Amino acid sequence: MTHKMEIDGVEVAFTEGETILEVAQRHQKEIPTLCYDPRLEPFGGCRLCIVELEGARNPVASCTTKATPGMVVRTSTDTIEAYRKTLLEMVVSENREVDVSPLRGYASGELATLRDRYEINGSRITGTTSGTNKTDDDNPFILRDYELCISCYRCVRVCAEQEGDHAINVMNRGFHTQITTEFDGLLKDSACTFCGQCIQTCPTGALGDKKALRAADQVGDTVPEKTRTICPYCGVGCSVDILTKNEKIVGIHPAMEGPANQGALCVKGQFAYDFVQHPDRLNTPLVRGNDGELHEATWEDALDKAVEGFRKVNAEHGRHSIYGIASGRAPSEAAYLMQKFIRVGFGTNYIDNCSRA
Amino acid sequence: MSNPLVDMQKPDVIFCIGTNMTECHPVAATGLKKAVARGAKLIVADPRRIGLAEMSHLYLPLRVGSDTALLLGMAHVIAREGLINEDFIENRTTGFDAFFEHISQWTPEWAETITGVPAKDIETAAMWYGSANKGAIYYTLGITEHICGVENVQSLCNLALMTGNVGREGTGINPMRGQNNIQGAGDSGALPNNYPGFQAVTDPAHQAKFKAAYGREVDLEKGITKVTALELCGDSIHAMLIDGENTLLSDPDRAHCEHALRSLAHLVVIDIFLTETAELADVVLPATAWGETDGVCTNTERRVQRMRAAVPPPGEAKPDWWIICQIAQRLGFKGFDFDEPKPIFNELCRVSPIYAGLDWDRIENSEYQWPVPHKEHPGTPRLHEETFVNGRGIFSNVHYRDPAETISEDFPVWLTTGRRLQSYHTRTQTGRAQGIDYLLPEESLEVNPADIERWELADGEWCKMSSARGSINIKVKATNRSPRGTVFASFSFADVPVNLLTGSGYDPITHTAELKVCPVRLEPL
Repeated sequence: MTHKMEIDGVEVAFTEGETILEVAQRHQKEIPTLCYDPRLEPFGGCRLCIVELEGARNPVASCTTKATPGMVVRTSTDTIEAYRKTLLEMVVSENREVDVSPLRGYASGELATLRDRYEINGSRITGTTSGTNKTDDDNPFILRDYELCISCYRCVRVCAEQEGDHAINVMNRGFHTQITTEFDGLLKDSACTFCGQCIQTCPTGALGDKKALRAADQVGDTVPEKTRTICPYCGVGCSVDILTKNEKIVGIHPAMEGPANQGALCVKGQFAYDFVQHPDRLNTPLVRGNDGELHEATWEDALDKAVEGFRKVNAEHGRHSIYGIASGRAPSEAAYLMQKFIRVGFGTNYIDNCSRA
Repeated sequence: MSNPLVDMQKPDVIFCIGTNMTECHPVAATGLKKAVARGAKLIVADPRRIGLAEMSHLYLPLRVGSDTALLLGMAHVIAREGLINEDFIENRTTGFDAFFEHISQWTPEWAETITGVPAKDIETAAMWYGSANKGAIYYTLGITEHICGVENVQSLCNLALMTGNVGREGTGINPMRGQNNIQGAGDSGALPNNYPGFQAVTDPAHQAKFKAAYGREVDLEKGITKVTALELCGDSIHAMLIDGENTLLSDPDRAHCEHALRSLAHLVVIDIFLTETAELADVVLPATAWGETDGVCTNTERRVQRMRAAVPPPGEAKPDWWIICQIAQRLGFKGFDFDEPKPIFNELCRVSPIYAGLDWDRIENSEYQWPVPHKEHPGTPRLHEETFVNGRGIFSNVHYRDPAETISEDFPVWLTTGRRLQSYHTRTQTGRAQGIDYLLPEESLEVNPADIERWELADGEWCKMSSARGSINIKVKATNRSPRGTVFASFSFADVPVNLLTGSGYDPITHTAELKVCPVRLEPL
C-alpha cells in the first residue's frame, strides 16, 4: 500500500513499513549515518540521521522512525546540520585517529568521509579517547583496535542479526563502553566463526582485516582495484570483490548486493584467498621422463606428449579406453569442453565430474 | 535446490537432514538462523550433535545410514494423522494409493528400532512438518553418500509430495551443492548419462541433435561413471584426462584409487597445484586459478554467474578451456578453435534448453536462475510451481536397506566422514591460506568420552583406526558432538587419509560412494 509524505518540500510516495531514512535515501537525500547498515534492524544510536519532523518537539532519528501518511520532514536545515556537526566532533574527538587504511574493511572510511564532509578539524572538542585495544588477541584475521571504536554496535548487531552467532557483545556503558566476547577473552575462544562480517561493517576501522593490512604499505591510502566475482569455495555462490594492487590480491570484500549472500561471507570466502598467488602454484607444464620423475617442459612438448598418449591408447585399445573427469571448481566452459572433447573426439559418453565423491 | 536461497528465511517448519550447513554452507545457514529467529521451527536429523542440532527445536539423532527408515516412519505418521494435502496429491502426483498402502507397515515404533530415534520424536517431527503451511527440506551429502542415496532422496520427495510442500515460497526439496561450480559441471554435460542441459544420451532426439551439433556419430548408450571407470583402469580404461580434481584424496578407498590411476597407460592432469593425483600423471598441465580466469559458474540455487579474472596467472599457466582446446586441436578434433571463453559459454547456451535464453552478456548481473528456455524468459527461481518436468510427482515405495557394511565384532564402531568450517575438501586451497592453521591446525577424530573409556583411548592422544580396507593413525578428541558408538573425521588432511578406510559400497544407480558409513575398530597406539 503506497502513501504520500513530504520531504524537503516535495511530496513523495512510500510503502507501509518504510522508515523516513529509507524513503529519503530513495530520493537521493544524503543523510549522514554511522550506526546504520541497511541489512540490520534500525538502531538509532549515532543520532546523525536526525531530521526535523513537523509537529515533533525535537528532531527524530530518521532510521528508527517509520514514515506515516502526511508527514512533513526536513532533512537538512541549518539547525539539524549544526547538531550533526557537533555530534561528529564529539565522536571524532574520542578516537585516536580517523584516517585509516582502506584495507581495514568495506566500510572503514565512513567516519573519515563524514568528518571531511562536515569540515571538522578536531580542535573544538578535545579530551580523553575511549576504548581499549585488545592487543593480546593474536588471531590472524581480525584486528581489535578499539581505540577507534565509536560504540555504534554494528559489529555486535551484524554478528547477532546477520550471522546469528552472538559471539560479541557490549561491556560497560557510556565512555567506558567496550565491545567484547564472553569473559572478555579471545575471539578464538568465543562463538566467533571468523566470517569477518564485523570487520566489513565497522565504520571506523576499529575492527580491521589483519590479512589485508599486510599490504598496507603498498596500498597506502589509495583504494585498491576491485573485481567482482564469485567465491571459489562452496556451492552457495557468494558474490565477492577481489581487491588488487600491482597485480597482487590483497584482500576480499563481500558484495553487499550479491544475490546469494547479500553481503555475508564465511571464513573461507573472506580469508582463504591467498592460495591463488602461493609459491606452490604450478607455473610450467610437467612431463614424466624416462627416469620416472616429472620434469618441467615447454607447452609444445607437454601437449605433444599428452596427445601422443591419447592417440596411442585410442589406436591400441579403441575409443572406449579413454575417460574424462571434469572439475566442479573450474568454470563451465572447462566442463563443457571436457565433455565435448570426449564426445566429439571419441564418440563416447565416457565423461563424468567430481560430484559422486 | 527447488527453491531460491532467499526462501530460506521464509518457511514455518524447516527440516534439515544430513546437512552440516553451519560448517559447510555457512552463508546459506544464516538464512535458516534468521527464519528461526523469526519463529520458524527447526527439526534436525543427524547422527552428530552438529551446530544446527544445537539450535534446533527438535533433534533426531539417528544412527548413520538409517535415514530411509526415519523418513518412512515420518510418512507413516503424516498419513495416519490425516496431514496429507489431498488437493496436491490429486492434481499433481501419481501413485499415492499404492504408497499409502506401502507406508502403513512402517510405523514410528519400527523406525525407532532401526534409527534409535524415539518413536514419539519421529511422530513430533512428522506432525510439525505435516502441519506446516510452508515446510522446507534441506539436505546435503548426509543423504546422498549412502548405498541408498537414491531411496533417501525419494523418501524426502515422498514427504514433500504428500504434504504439497513443493512449488511454493518457503517450501521445496533443497540439496546444498558442495563446490562453486559442481552444478555447472553437470549442467554443462560432464555426465555419462546426459548431454549438456540434462538431455538424456539415450533419447534418439537428443542423439540426433548432438550428432548434428558435433558432426559425428555418438554412442547410443550411457557412458560409465567415474566409479566404474576407476574400477576398469588397466583393464579396459587405459587413458584419462582429469581436470581439477584431487581424486586420490577425495575418493573412497585410496589404495584402490591409487592402484587404478597407476595402472593407466596415460594420465594427463590439469590443475593449479601438484596434487597427490597430479603426482601420478604422465603429463601435468598448469591451469589458471580462481581470480585469474574469466568464466561462468552456477550455484546451488541454479543461479548462473560470472567469475572474473583480477590478476595475471603465474608463469605459463593457462585457462582450462585453452588447454583442452590445444589437446583437441592437436588430435584433429573439430570445434575447438576458441580464443576466449565467451563463445564457449554461448555454444553451451545454444545446445542446452535450460540455458537457451542466456548468453555471456546476459548473465553479467547474476539475475538468472535456470531454466531460462528463451530470451524473453525471466528465469526460474522456484521449480515445479505449476507442473513437474515429467508431468506428475511420483511417489516411490522405498524400503530400508542396511549400509553396505554394518558394525561387527572386528569393526564395532561407526565412522562417518565430512567436512569442517575452516578447511575445504583436500586442503589444496585452504591449506595454503595463511591463518587457517590458527583455527584448525590438524585433523582429529571426534569420539564420545564414553567410547574413549571403552576403547581405552585418551583425549589428545593418537589411536589406530582400522576398517576392512586399511588403517590410519589419528589423534583422538573427546566430544559429545559424537554419540556413543559413532566417530567422525574429515578427509581434508593428507597426513590423516581417512579415505584409506572408506569405500564399503556405492549407490547402485548414482554410483555415489557410501562415505558416510564405514565400520571401524579403534585401538590405542
